[in-house]
Amino acid sequence: MNLTLKIWRQKDAQSAGAMQSYSVADISEDMSFLEMLDTLNEQLNEQGEEPIAFDHDCREGICGSCDLMIDGQAHGPEVTTTCQLHMRSFEDGQTITIEPWRANAFPVVKDLIVDRSAFDRIIQAGGYVSVNTGSAPEANSVPAPRDKAMRAFNVATCIGCGACVAACPNGSASLFLGAKITHLGELPQGQPERMGRVASMVAQHDHEGFGGCTNIGECTGACPKEIPLDVISQLNKDLRDSLRAGF
Amino acid sequence: MASTADVSGLTELNGPPEQRSDDAHGYYTPAAQKLVDAKAPTGLIKDRWTTRKMDNRLVNPANRRKLDVIIVGTGLAGGAAAATLGEAGYNVKSFCYQDSPRRAHSIAAQGGINAAKNYKEDGDSTYRLFYDTVKGGDYRSRESNVYRLAEVSANIIDQCVAQGVPFARDYAGLLDNRSFGGVQVSRTFYARGQTGQQLLIGAYQAMERQVAEGTVTQFTRHEMLEVIVVDGTARGIIARDLVTGEIETHLADVVVLASGGYGNVFYLSTNAMGSNVTASWRAHRKGAYMANPCYTQIHPTCIPVSGDHQSKLTLMSESLRNDGRIWVPKNKEDCTKDPRDIPEEDRDYYLERIYPSFGNLVPRDIASRQAKNMCDEGRGVGPMVGDFRRGVYLDFADAIARLGEDAVREKYDNLFDMYERITGENPYQVPMRIYPAVHYVMGGLWVDYDLQSNIPGLFVTGEANFSDHGANRLGASALMQGLADGYFVLPNTIRDYLADGPFEQISESHPAVVEARTSVEERISKFLSIGGSRSADSFHKELGNIMWEYCGMERSEEGLRKAIDMIRELKAEFWSDLKVLGTADSLNQSLEKAGRVIDFIELGELMCIDALNRRESCGGHFRAESQTEDGEALRHDEEFAYVAAWEWGGDGGQPVLHKEDLIYTAIEMKQRSYK
Ligand SMILES: Cc1cc2nc3c(=O)[nH]c(=O)nc-3n(C[C@H](O)[C@H](O)[C@H](O)COP(=O)(O)OP(=O)(O)OC[C@H]3O[C@@H](n4cnc5c(N)ncnc54)[C@H](O)[C@@H]3O)c2cc1C
Ligand code: SF4
Ligand code: FES
Repeated sequence: MNLTLKIWRQKDAQSAGAMQSYSVADISEDMSFLEMLDTLNEQLNEQGEEPIAFDHDCREGICGSCDLMIDGQAHGPEVTTTCQLHMRSFEDGQTITIEPWRANAFPVVKDLIVDRSAFDRIIQAGGYVSVNTGSAPEANSVPAPRDKAMRAFNVATCIGCGACVAACPNGSASLFLGAKITHLGELPQGQPERMGRVASMVAQHDHEGFGGCTNIGECTGACPKEIPLDVISQLNKDLRDSLRAGF
Repeated sequence: MASTADVSGLTELNGPPEQRSDDAHGYYTPAAQKLVDAKAPTGLIKDRWTTRKMDNRLVNPANRRKLDVIIVGTGLAGGAAAATLGEAGYNVKSFCYQDSPRRAHSIAAQGGINAAKNYKEDGDSTYRLFYDTVKGGDYRSRESNVYRLAEVSANIIDQCVAQGVPFARDYAGLLDNRSFGGVQVSRTFYARGQTGQQLLIGAYQAMERQVAEGTVTQFTRHEMLEVIVVDGTARGIIARDLVTGEIETHLADVVVLASGGYGNVFYLSTNAMGSNVTASWRAHRKGAYMANPCYTQIHPTCIPVSGDHQSKLTLMSESLRNDGRIWVPKNKEDCTKDPRDIPEEDRDYYLERIYPSFGNLVPRDIASRQAKNMCDEGRGVGPMVGDFRRGVYLDFADAIARLGEDAVREKYDNLFDMYERITGENPYQVPMRIYPAVHYVMGGLWVDYDLQSNIPGLFVTGEANFSDHGANRLGASALMQGLADGYFVLPNTIRDYLADGPFEQISESHPAVVEARTSVEERISKFLSIGGSRSADSFHKELGNIMWEYCGMERSEEGLRKAIDMIRELKAEFWSDLKVLGTADSLNQSLEKAGRVIDFIELGELMCIDALNRRESCGGHFRAESQTEDGEALRHDEEFAYVAAWEWGGDGGQPVLHKEDLIYTAIEMKQRSYK
C-alpha cells in the first residue's frame, strides 16, 4: 500500500515542534507499524534527512517502550501496543497522523519520544514490598488465596507504557497507579505497607503533574493490557482508608 | 544415569583433552598455558559454595558506603544485584540504555523459572536439577557453577514471592508448577506466559526502593561505551548520555557487567531490538576473554519470517509442543496447498517418526535442526523467503478434537491471539506455522567461580557470562541464572574483592581514563564523518544473513571459512561506506546503532573462528563434519571438553585461544540420546 504520514518532528525538549508530511510506498500489510516506520527511516537516511526518533525495544508487546499517538488514539486503532499493530489495520491511500504522547508529566525529548521517568518516581515513592534479599520466608509458608492471586496477576500485567495517561483528557495516571496499588494490595505480602504506600504514591503522582481522575474511562479503553477501571475504585478506597488511619 | 552416589566422587573422569583436528589453524594463536578457574573450592561438590561463602572476607558495614559499585544492566541479573548491594549499603550506580530499568529484555521471558523445591514430591532435588542442566548443556558447562545454581534456586522463589511476584497458585493458595522443556519433573514456576515480566518487576521495584533510599543512583538512557582499566584493574566506565550526547566518566571500585546476550548478531532474533554486545565487546578489546562465543541457542517455536521488512522474530512459548503435533507434507507438490486439504497419509509427523519416545517434545536443538532439514529438503510451508519456504506446521487439530476447543483456548489463548495478530491467520482453524529462530547465547565473557572476568575488578553476570549452560540451555534456566547471580552469588563473591578496599583514588586526568574517553570520542566522530551511502541497519542485516547461513544451526568448515572472508569484507565496507546523519550532541538513534553494529561485526568474525575450531557437534552447534551414521550430533569429549576462551589479538591481529579443561567429578559424561 501507499500511505501519507503526518509526523510530529521536534529537535529537542527546548525547540518548538511541527507536523511534517512524508509518503511511503509498497508497504506490506504483514508489516508491523514500527516496521513501516523503519522503512520510512531507511528512505529518509538515503535522502539525507535525519530519521525519525521513536522509542521501542522488545517489539513483542511487553516492554512498554513503544508509545505512538496514531490518528489521535494511543497505540492506534486496535487495543494493543504500537509494536503489535499491523498495517493490515490500515487502507491503501490512507493518511495517518503520528504524534508523541501528550501529557504535562511526559515532556517531549525528541520527535516521537517522551520522558516517562515520572512513572519510576511513583514506584520509588512506595510501589514495592520492603523485603531485603535473604530475609524471605519459605515461599509456601504464606498461602495466597487463588482468586486474590489471580486478580493480582491480572493487574500486575501493566507494562508502564503510559497510554492511559495519553488517552486521559486530564492526563491522569490513575489507571497505572491503581494497577500497582491493587497488585500489591491483593497479596498477603503487600499488607503491612498498604496504607502508607497508597498515600505516598498518590502524593508523588500529583507532584509529578498528572491530573486528577474524573472517571471518564478513556484510560481503560486505550490500555493494551486491558487493566480494568475498578482498580481506580480500589485506589480511592485505599486512599480513603489511609487518610482515616492518619497517613 | 549417574546416581547420587557420584556426588562424593572426586576422580577425574576425563583426562585433560588433547586437540587433534585443527580447522582453524592459521586464524588464531594458541596460548602457551591452560586457563584454570582457581577460585572454585575443591572437595565435595555439595559443600563448595558453603566453603566459598565462609572463606570470603567480610566488609564492615561502615566501610560499605565508601565503596562504589557500577552495574551495567538492569535485567534480572543487574537489577537484582543493584537492589541487593544497595540494601547491603554499598554505593551503587546502575546503567541501562532504555528509558526505565523495567524495560530490560528479561521482561520478555515467557515460559517460567526452574527451582528445585520438590513441591510435587516427584523426585526432584538439587542434584537432579544440577544433573539435568549439565546433561542438557551437553557437558560443556562448568560443574561447580551449575551445582551452585541448583543449590540457590529454591531461595529465588522465596525471595520473589516475598516481593509480591504473582506466581500461579493452586486452590489451596500454594504455588503451582509445571514441567517444561523435556524435563521429567515439575519444577518450573510461572506467571502465565509472562514470568519474565513479573520477575523483573519484582527486581525493579526492589531496586527503585533503594533509589529512594539513596543507595542506588540510576542512569537511564545511558550507554556504556568503554571500560576504564587502570594498572590492569577495572576502575570505571565511559558512558554516553543518549539524550544529550554527553560523554561521561564514571569511576568506581568495581564494575559489574550484566548487559545481557548478543543474539542480535543474527539481526533476526527473539531478542529485544536494543540487545547488543557492546559492553562485553568493549571489555573484550580491553583484555577480557570471550568464552565459547559460537554457542547459540535456536528456539524451535517462533513465528516464521514473512518478508524482507522483518525486524525481529517472535517466540511462541515452548509449552505449545505439549499439545501441538509438528508435520510437513510428504510430497513437495503439496507444500503450497491448504494444509487442511492434505490427507493424513500424505503428512510426515517427522519428530514422532524419528524420535518415537520423545516425539514432539525432543529438546530445542533437535527440534530446531529437524525443522531446518525439512525446509532444506524443500518440504517447508508458508511464503517463499529467499529460495525456499521457511516453516513447518504445528497442528492443534487433534488436541481440539480430543480436548475440545474451549480447553485448548483456556490453555493457550494469549499465544493463539498473538499468532493471529502477527500472521493474520486463525490457528484454531488453520495449523500454525513455526520456524526456528535465534533465541539465547550460551557464550559470553569468561568468568571464574566468583563471576569475575580475567580483568580484576570486572565481574560479569547473567546472560553476559558463559559459565552455566554449556552448549545448550534448557528451558526456564536463564531466568534462574540471572536471579541466582544477582541476588545470591555476586553479592557474596564481590564482597571478597571489596574487602581489599579502600582502593587508591583515581582522578579523571589519569592517563588510562583520558585514553578511554578519547577513544570513545574518536570512534563517534569517525562514524559521523565517513559520509558513505549505507545505513548501519543495512550492514546489520547483511551480517545477520551471513551468520544465519554459515554460523547458524548447521556449520561446516567450508562455510565458516567463507563467512570469515565475507565478514572481513563487510567490516572494511562499514568503515568506508557508512552513513550516519545528525550530530553527536543530541539523541541520535542511527549513531547508537552504528556503534552496536560494528561491535557485532567484530564479534561475528570471532564466532566463526570459534565455530571453525570446534570440530564437534554439541548442543545448538551442529558441525556437518561431526555426525553419527544416522545424522545425529556427535561430540568429541576427548578433544573438545574444554572452554574456548579467546583473548583479543588487536585490530588486524589474531585472537589467542586459551583453553580451560572441563573436569567432571560429580557427574559422568554420556552421549545424549533421545531416540
Ligand atoms: C522471547 C524470550 C523468551 C524467553 N523466555 C525465557 C523463559 O521462559 N525462561 C528462561 O529462563 N529464560 C527465558 N529467556 C531468556 C532470558 O530472558 C534471558 O536470558 C535473561 O532475561 C537475560 O537476563 P540478563 O539480566 O542477563 O540481561 P537482560 O535482561 O538482557 O538485560 C540487559 C541489560 O543491560 C543493559 N545494557 C546492555 N548493554 C548496555 C550498555 N552498553 N550500556 C548500558 N546498558 C546496557 C540493558 O539496558 C538491560 O538493562 C527468554 C528470552 C527471550 C528472548
Ligand atoms: S495501565 Fe495500561 S495503559 Fe496504563 S501504563 Fe499500564 S499498561 Fe499502559
Ligand atoms: S516495543 Fe516493547 S511493547 Fe512495543
